[in-house]
Amino acid sequence: MDIKNVAMAGTLESSDVQVTVEPGDNGIELTLTSSVMNQYGRQIKATILETLERLGVSSARVTVVDKGALECTLKARVECAVFRSCGQSAENIPWGGVIR
Amino acid sequence: MIPRPKPERFRLRRTMMFMNAQKPGLIKDAYIYGVDSIMLDLEDAVAENQKDAARFSLYHALKTIDYGDTEVIVRINGLDTPHWKEDVRVCVAGGADGIRIAKCESAQDVKDVEAAIEMAEEEFGVEKGRTLIMAALESPKGIMNAYEICAASDRMFGVAISGGDLRKCLQTSPQPDGVDMLVARGQMILAARAAGIQCFDTVFTNLDDMEGFEAEVRQNKAMGFDGKSLINPKQIRLVHEIFAPTEKEIIQAEKIVNAVRENAAKGLGVFTVDGKMIDIAFLPGAERTLRLAKACGMYKGDLV
Repeated sequence: MDIKNVAMAGTLESSDVQVTVEPGDNGIELTLTSSVMNQYGRQIKATILETLERLGVSSARVTVVDKGALECTLKARVECAVFRSCGQSAENIPWGGVIR
Repeated sequence: MIPRPKPERFRLRRTMMFMNAQKPGLIKDAYIYGVDSIMLDLEDAVAENQKDAARFSLYHALKTIDYGDTEVIVRINGLDTPHWKEDVRVCVAGGADGIRIAKCESAQDVKDVEAAIEMAEEEFGVEKGRTLIMAALESPKGIMNAYEICAASDRMFGVAISGGDLRKCLQTSPQPDGVDMLVARGQMILAARAAGIQCFDTVFTNLDDMEGFEAEVRQNKAMGFDGKSLINPKQIRLVHEIFAPTEKEIIQAEKIVNAVRENAAKGLGVFTVDGKMIDIAFLPGAERTLRLAKACGMYKGDLV
């Protein structure tokens, strides 16, 4: 999927994570801050990159502000931001396909 | 991936607690409270511009979190919104146990949701008939059509009355003695029993008034409800205590079941147990008490 517009998903509440995606032209440029950076920073980064790869996003500026979200929440927020950016978040989501 | 076992149409549902499907902090550990069913809400709790995000969240929660024996029901958006069909798709794909139809007013509403579920079951390779349905009756029209709604589908396991909207339509407000919704509750219970499905009372929203809550739950049990909708974990224990049969009721039920079986073998239809007249008509009630006691962990025998 190509990131065409700026889009955001998630909140800054505890156990949540806020993900913003913007068009980019230099691969994935990830800015990550997390309340549990020392403990889980590497895993969080890996999950974000895996999710973007699964969605076929090869170029984007991605800003993630994590407030201690579980991996399932992190995936959900990244996916929602990407689908919103493509204007495809409202219906016919490929549940169990590329969303898994 | 957590594979959920096939949902049971008739199981213990004393407590059904609402949770906002959009809030990760709430849904990640909802199984710890010991509630019988959780109702993940895609409807009123989720703002209009977050309906999409709530579905992504819901899908991964259903696929990742082990809710154990807690039943997982999802309340979908109303059939007059653009959201409900995608809600059904995500519920079926994620393997939710059941779908709650908000503001249900006719058998056709149930059939429309059932058709969408069937399509989704086919699309996602889910066993046909797996996903159960319940309906919330929130309007006078829904109450008037209660029986046709209850009997509309083999997937229907229950109906819930929803007080907020209904009281507005009835031009009344919560009364300590429950007279405001007495007729509506009564009609819904009759319909549910006639159709052979379960029925659940509305939420009690004043969390500081535990006395009022207790009075309402006692009335619910006396009226014949199977359980109650809840909004807060602190309401769970009281409902479980009130809905549990007493030790005395269990012993009495055991005696009745034994006596009916023994006397039937002897060719006797009517007899006395502890001085009370008993006949075959008492059997279903006694068996139900024992099943409930068994589900509550209070009866270990093998009569049911």
